[in-house]
Amino acid sequence: MALIRSSSPHLRRAGSSAHLMRLLMFATLPGTAAMTFFFGWGTLLQIGWAMLLALGFEAAVMKLRGRPVGFYLRDYSALVTAVLLGLALPPFAPWWLMVIGIFVAIVIAKHLYGGMGNNPFNPAMVAYALLLVSFPVEMTRWTAPFVLQGEDGWHILGFLDTLKLMFGAIEHGAVDAFTSATPLDELRHRGGLTTEEAFRNSDVLANGVGAWHAVSAAYFMGGVFLLYRKVFTWHTPVAVLGSLALLSTLFYMFAPDTYADPFFHLTMGATMLGAFFIATDPVTAATSNRGKLYYGAGIGILIFVIRTWGSYPDAVAFAVLLMNLCAPFIDQYTQPRTYGHAKPNRGQKEST
Amino acid sequence: MSHVFAFHGGVHPPENKRQSTRTPIRQAPLPERLVLPLSQHIGAPAEPRVQVGDRVLKGQRIAEPVGRISAALHAPTSGIVTAIGPHPIPHASGMEADCIIIDSDGDDRWIEHAGLADFRALGKAALTDYIRNSGVTGMGGAGFPTDVKLHLGDDHIVNTLIINAAECEPYITADDMLMRERASDIVAGIEIIDYLLKPSHILIGIEDNKPQAVKALEKALKGCTLNIDIRVVPTKYPSGGEKQLIKLLTDVEVPSGHIPADVGIVCQNIGTAYATARAVHQGEPLISRIVTMTGEAVAQPQNFEALIGTPYSLLLRAARVDTGSLFRLVVGGPMMGFTVDNDQIPVIKTTNCLIAASPDEMPEAPPAQECIRCGLCEQVCPAELLPQQLYWFAKGRELDKARHHNLFDCIECGACSYVCSSAIPLVQYYRNAKAEIRSDEAEQRKAEHARQRFEARQARLEAEQAEKEARRKARAEAAARNQAARKDKSVAAAPASTAVQAPAGEPDLKQLKTAASVARTKLKQAQKALKNAEDKGLDGVDALRATVQALNIKADAAQQAYDQALNAQSDASAAPDAKQLKTNAAVARTKLKQAEKALASARETGGDDIGALESRVRELELRANDAQKAYDAADAGSAGTQAPDPAKLAQLKADMDAAQAKVDKAQAALESAIASGSPAVEKMTAGVEKLRGKYLEARAAHEAACTPAAAPATSPAKLAELKADMDAAQAKVDKAQAALENAIASGSPAVEKMTAGVEKLRGKYLEARAVHEAACTPAAAPATSPAKLAELKADMDAAQAKADKAQAALDSAIASGSPAVEKMTAGVEKLRGKYLDAKTAYEAAGGTCSDVPQSDTPADADAEKPVDLKALKQQVSIMRTKLKKAEKALQDADAGERDALAHEVQDLNERLNSARAELQSAEQVRIEAAAAAGVDLKQLQIDAAMARAEVTKTERALGTADSTSATDLEQTLLQARSRADELSKTLSRFE
Repeated sequence: MALIRSSSPHLRRAGSSAHLMRLLMFATLPGTAAMTFFFGWGTLLQIGWAMLLALGFEAAVMKLRGRPVGFYLRDYSALVTAVLLGLALPPFAPWWLMVIGIFVAIVIAKHLYGGMGNNPFNPAMVAYALLLVSFPVEMTRWTAPFVLQGEDGWHILGFLDTLKLMFGAIEHGAVDAFTSATPLDELRHRGGLTTEEAFRNSDVLANGVGAWHAVSAAYFMGGVFLLYRKVFTWHTPVAVLGSLALLSTLFYMFAPDTYADPFFHLTMGATMLGAFFIATDPVTAATSNRGKLYYGAGIGILIFVIRTWGSYPDAVAFAVLLMNLCAPFIDQYTQPRTYGHAKPNRGQKEST
Repeated sequence: MSHVFAFHGGVHPPENKRQSTRTPIRQAPLPERLVLPLSQHIGAPAEPRVQVGDRVLKGQRIAEPVGRISAALHAPTSGIVTAIGPHPIPHASGMEADCIIIDSDGDDRWIEHAGLADFRALGKAALTDYIRNSGVTGMGGAGFPTDVKLHLGDDHIVNTLIINAAECEPYITADDMLMRERASDIVAGIEIIDYLLKPSHILIGIEDNKPQAVKALEKALKGCTLNIDIRVVPTKYPSGGEKQLIKLLTDVEVPSGHIPADVGIVCQNIGTAYATARAVHQGEPLISRIVTMTGEAVAQPQNFEALIGTPYSLLLRAARVDTGSLFRLVVGGPMMGFTVDNDQIPVIKTTNCLIAASPDEMPEAPPAQECIRCGLCEQVCPAELLPQQLYWFAKGRELDKARHHNLFDCIECGACSYVCSSAIPLVQYYRNAKAEIRSDEAEQRKAEHARQRFEARQARLEAEQAEKEARRKARAEAAARNQAARKDKSVAAAPASTAVQAPAGEPDLKQLKTAASVARTKLKQAQKALKNAEDKGLDGVDALRATVQALNIKADAAQQAYDQALNAQSDASAAPDAKQLKTNAAVARTKLKQAEKALASARETGGDDIGALESRVRELELRANDAQKAYDAADAGSAGTQAPDPAKLAQLKADMDAAQAKVDKAQAALESAIASGSPAVEKMTAGVEKLRGKYLEARAAHEAACTPAAAPATSPAKLAELKADMDAAQAKVDKAQAALENAIASGSPAVEKMTAGVEKLRGKYLEARAVHEAACTPAAAPATSPAKLAELKADMDAAQAKADKAQAALDSAIASGSPAVEKMTAGVEKLRGKYLDAKTAYEAAGGTCSDVPQSDTPADADAEKPVDLKALKQQVSIMRTKLKKAEKALQDADAGERDALAHEVQDLNERLNSARAELQSAEQVRIEAAAAAGVDLKQLQIDAAMARAEVTKTERALGTADSTSATDLEQTLLQARSRADELSKTLSRFE
């Protein structure tokens, strides 16, 4: 009788990290669909290209590190990073932008720190921030939503043209009709206008926001699905959205001419994507439930601050990275109260 | 059904309970061979009371509990004990432990047994004892001896008794089936527990997946008058964890590091209640239990009532196991149970379930992935820990942080591992980290002990060095004083009484002898050193040679002086030593008797040398008579010569009586100690012996004083002898110490033994010193009476002052509500006791010396503050160092400075001497103070040293002991340590 010996427990619930990752990717489908619907094939192409690159880099690094390649590829974490970066980059971004981005995300931000589970910063956001700082032109040349591309209704750049555009076969100047600034950009660079005037005068702000509302709604749906599947707890997204809403409401109430309304903040840019898909990355977030509240609130506040007073139009990447920095600190002060203890332990134990 | 609260976390693994509840409990087949581990419970293993080959009956007690936390063991069936020795036991490590192995005779014949007719008639203590003797332990999992939980101290008031029927682990149905089928016995058991604990209410916690059991219990409770509530709790693992169930039923959290009884709650398993009832009402000890035999690899999963000691293989077979698909054999539940790879391991008192799992059912764990801190573990942790962080710390060996994150509150329920999406065996990491922390702590404790021991030794050595120095000085001064006193006396009292003065004038034979032998020893040592130096070609050979020569001359001189004195003595032995004569007479008589005996036997055997023997007997007879006559004459003569000093005699008599009393008291204490089996018996025996020795000495002194003329002569001689003994002992100690230090320096392996040797020698030395002092004091006593009286008075006053001060402090503490009041009260009591002691001592001294004018004792003047002995010692050593430095400087200095330096050296010398004198007098005060309090300081020191040695020894033994004997040793260690502490505390009172 060859009985095996192992440590308790002897049962394991079905489910794995890979399963969580798959759920996460599945949950981005509504958002991806909405993006594709409004901004054309670019989004899908970017995601596909990013996944290809991510698998390649991941496999290469695993080979270099002498780890079983297949085992680690199956955890889907590289693909999740790829999907998030693919959604975050402008749909018409050139191919090499994604190469640099995925290289930074997978090789530098993840594996140089020890691989999955050990990275202090969200890899996709590190890549995004690096690209935004290094290639501001390419990173801000967003695709115009179809409503702005022509009077004849649904009119976007074709699949092949988009592919050609991505890989440099078509000059960007040839497709200028298909690009525009994002609403956040428009608001940021509105000059001396009040917000009301800006919204009245700018085509993007007047008509383009509808597409973003729809995209945000799609991400929100995906996020709620993940909450329902208990992939993460409600703490982080609620804290992010709540703090952002609270802060923008306060400022909007006192100076509606200068500050955008809370609904604008919640639905424009990457707020929803960030709140549900990026800030909830457990590896780089605070870990306890209470910690997640602080962590999420920090992100929400930073988003508002950077959007309003910073020099970049969107701020999710920077806000998340800054709070990644704070997560270990937050962890030290937000231990839960253990059963049988009067109060939770705080801080770091002094070495005796 | 009342309200149920909630606990954090928890998981819902598939229950898999239905399979084993389809058929009623079945009696397991009688095994041919039963294996009974001696340790089936928490606490000390039981002690076998049978031997290999003994025939035992079912229910016969075959092993006794050892210590408070332990459990008895009974033969589960009748048969023959075939072995007592190691056998694999149910343990996660697969280890072996001592078991009693019984070969069944197949009769299953009971020993005569009967339950208690009315358990309430028995006292609580007797009833818990009865339960203890029935071997009942917790049946839930840990196996804590039930009697201990039923016999709580008075500081634990039980409000709530919780009967744990949750059975939250998947697969297990043993409790479920027990409740369904034997609910009335369970209720009877609860009644017994209720009688012992008197809780204000009783809660039965049961998961809602056992409706039939709930119904059965409700039915059984119908006639019950107790305040019992059945609380059905939602099915969630681990609701059956003690702390979780308490939280569920009462919303009370057991504080970390405490037991439920600290919050007025006691938990008992439902199976334990059943076993208790069987033991009390039927008189059946715990020899069987319900075991769930389940898993996909058995065709008929069901519950067995199996005898303790039944091998797993028998149950597997009875449930028709398919060995082909048996992949993993789990003992206990799937969440907290452990696997075994040997089916000959027996069922024990805590075995509630066996799972014969197929590979599909419990596949091997997939390879662990990296933790992504998904936090699922945190959401399910019933202890509200951060398992992901703990894992991080455990893996990175950041044990401090793991501890800070309350690692030790982890109950190892396995919920975190169960949900872990990266398949990390988290619990394993926690167990490992805990074990590492524990072993680190043990290491640290050891190191700390070693450090303390080293420091204590260092301090002791220094103190001894200083003491030695002081003593040497004291001896020199005392000798000088004696010399002077003797001279004075001989001048003043020369014409008074020649009989008394004569011995004083005579050269002291013994002293001379000692001097001669000391000189010889020194010479030998010097010779040795010289030889050594010569061999190794060291410097200073010439100097050594000169020393040897000088010593040679000295030794010769001493020898000569001794020889001369000896001659003079033998010439001048006009008054023969009565004692010597008596001895002679006795020896002669003995010889005579021997010779007579020899003669008689020779006569019987018809030997040739009868004639010779006869003549020898006659000769001896004559000699004996002569000796006796001489002795009688001497006795009579000396009796007439001098009437002994009556006062002194009385004192000696008193000493003797006191010694006798002490011996008697010690003897009585020893006897009671033996009766109670105290571990200090050996030491006490030694103490009694020593006291007896002292008594004999006192008697001898008394007798010596009674035999006049001889007394004054022997006294100094004896003193000298004692002194010589003492010096020799000291020399030995010093030498041994030096050797030991050498050995330590050279890293010799014999260091330990040598240390022990040195300790022993030191003890001998101290003894010798004590004897010497004892001999010295009576002589000095009458002379120093007034001074001593004053000192006693001072002591008494100081004690009173201390007591008053302490009382004042206590009062203020009470006023301020300080938490230390209790301790302070005790302190005040102690001080008051001391004061009374001092007072009695003073009064006693005052009574015997009533002729001393009380008024002119300069008591008040002398009553200085209690002298700080340590400070004085320090001062002495500082002076010495300074002096040495100055001397060295003097040597190195050139002529110009020499004068100044010489002056300084002299000055320092004087200061050193005065410091020494001060120290010496302070020490004397201390010793006397101790004596006044009825404490023999030397004895105390020896005892303390011995106690310390005992602690060290036990610690060392503990270090090498295995886990089974470790608990015993730990207890011994605790005792030894407390004794050592006590002694050193007492000691410190006088130092």
